[in-house]
Amino acid sequence: MKTLNSYRTGPDDEGHFGIYGGRYVAETLMPLILDLKDAYDEISDDAEFQKEMDYWLTHYVGRPSPLYFAGRFTEQLGGAKIYFKRDELNHTGAHKINNCIGQILVAQRMGKKRIIAETGAGQHGVATATVCARFGLPCTVYMGAVDIERQQPNVFRMKLLGAEVIPVESGSKTLKDAMNEALRDWVTNVDDTYYLIGTVAGPHPYPAMVRDFQTIIGRETKRQMNEAEGRLPDTLIACIGGGSNAIGLFHPFLDDEGVNIIGVEAAGHGVDTGQHAASVTAGSPGVLHGNRTYLLQDEDGQIQEAHSISAGLDYPGIGPEHSWLNDCDRVQYVSITDTEALEAFQVCSRIEGIIPALEPAHALAHVMKIAPDLPKDHLLVMNMCGRGDKDIFTVADALGVEL
Amino acid sequence: MSDRIATRFAKLRAEGRGGLVTFTMMGDPDIETSFEILKGLPAAGADVIEIGSPFTDPMADGPVIQVAGLRALRAGITLHKTLDLVRRFRESDQDTPLILMGYYNPIYIYGVPQFLEDAKSAGLDGMIVVDLPSEEDQELCIPAMSAGLNFIRLVAPTTDEQRLPVALNNSSGFVYYISITGITGAGSASSGNIADAVERVRRHTDLPVCVGFGIKTPEQAAEVARVADGAVVGSALIDSIAGSLDAAGQATADTVAAAHGLVAALADGVRRARDSGANA
Repeated sequence: MKTLNSYRTGPDDEGHFGIYGGRYVAETLMPLILDLKDAYDEISDDAEFQKEMDYWLTHYVGRPSPLYFAGRFTEQLGGAKIYFKRDELNHTGAHKINNCIGQILVAQRMGKKRIIAETGAGQHGVATATVCARFGLPCTVYMGAVDIERQQPNVFRMKLLGAEVIPVESGSKTLKDAMNEALRDWVTNVDDTYYLIGTVAGPHPYPAMVRDFQTIIGRETKRQMNEAEGRLPDTLIACIGGGSNAIGLFHPFLDDEGVNIIGVEAAGHGVDTGQHAASVTAGSPGVLHGNRTYLLQDEDGQIQEAHSISAGLDYPGIGPEHSWLNDCDRVQYVSITDTEALEAFQVCSRIEGIIPALEPAHALAHVMKIAPDLPKDHLLVMNMCGRGDKDIFTVADALGVEL
Repeated sequence: MSDRIATRFAKLRAEGRGGLVTFTMMGDPDIETSFEILKGLPAAGADVIEIGSPFTDPMADGPVIQVAGLRALRAGITLHKTLDLVRRFRESDQDTPLILMGYYNPIYIYGVPQFLEDAKSAGLDGMIVVDLPSEEDQELCIPAMSAGLNFIRLVAPTTDEQRLPVALNNSSGFVYYISITGITGAGSASSGNIADAVERVRRHTDLPVCVGFGIKTPEQAAEVARVADGAVVGSALIDSIAGSLDAAGQATADTVAAAHGLVAALADGVRRARDSGANA
């Protein structure tokens, strides 16, 4: 596998990255998935579409996001030169909007009249509600009841934006159940509804399409790093739930041999406690939500509940391309506990004046682990994929502070 | 190829009637009660039996079957134990077709070759796997056919003329027509739409066509059986089981009888359908 000429050619026409990916959906949805595949193929080589995307990314999202040299963080750790890719500065406060702009334009082209989405932390729900408001389409967001409880600010934000937020009471009442419920809505409302998936998972073409909309992160980083340092970075680090911010940063660098790439999963209370969300580190291949990928599951193939302090990482699977990149050893997958992420959250807030979301706080925690031992000319990029305003209640609770 | 399915539909044709296809969840509300229900289904009037194999994330199922699946998982059912129930059923019934219905992951984790070998030797006749469309035939459908097990395909209102041949490719046993776009247990389609849809499917296959999703009463089952080769009843049956449980969700003395009582009423409807249809 390591002798591949390129890591960037996948998926194949059936949506496979090696053994991962595919289209494991009910027949009712299959014709819709095929229509979407046609639409995706069409926009993939359409310069007009790209121009339209660029317009919205520049004027509405606020791209390019800065590649910021985190000087005090670098100084404190005393090793690698640390840069943050500031995707938390995007409109709506996370990288999720990059994908939402792309998909709402696709939905519009397909003549769809209604948008549905799932959300975990609420960032994707907010981004979806935002583009729906702007493009004038009704929006229904499915969100696990547990996540609604811990992400109240985002729930209210979605409602202000005109979206209907439907609490999901089935299963573990988190992201995976929200996705089940969104699929049930889609299977019921096949004629006019577009399912705007928030991460690089689901049936083909979603993992490829969402990735393509997120690679703006990596393409900008490549250019900006070249401007700042005149060369490629040495290490890229991003957190992984489904893995859309990570693949967005990683993908443009996959064929740059010297670039070391690390994905950070959520270890929750610890990988050996059984209460975590580290699908690659501690899971095995299986089929869920339309694709084959690494999953947390028992020996009977039943899906296990994930745990993470970060609602956005609280998912028992991972995008299929990450599973493949793991198996061919191109990307290294590690994990960070709730406690480590909380510590990184506070350190970053205090010394950089940036309150990170709990999701990238996992990536930051790994930076804190490895940066001190790296040489001072080692260029490290961490994807600051979301801001932490939404998490202050969760963090206060974890620190025993009453607000 | 297991031929219980073909034999049963031939018999139904000879009797001039459509069949009653029942769906119950193995392990719901507990493993032994679900077996007692299963064992008595042929006597109560089920012509073909679908046995549900639960999955934690049943993305095509409505609340009734979701909850039944959770009850079953809590009761400790596994795919291995489900095949044990098939084996026990065959000790007293060699003729009624048994079809496993569920999602792919538990089968994938069991291991496809081992599962097919064990399923065949236990006496299973076929399977319906909701999340395996024809695009993924290499996974299970083709190995199942080689192992002599039927792979029954779901066909939906969204499966248009162009797609029907693709969707029906490699299917065997019978065709399961989903009468509505939606989840199990949702509203039902009108009988006129069902008749048209069955005709549409029949133009593309010689296999029997059974219709399910949203069939709840003997009258609805009769209407469907008038135009199709079989009417599938699932959520209504599971509702009758759920309604008989105690406050803790445990089986009561009424549970098995509640299920068989509804099946008997449905079977009666189905059996009278063609007679009244001829007189209508």
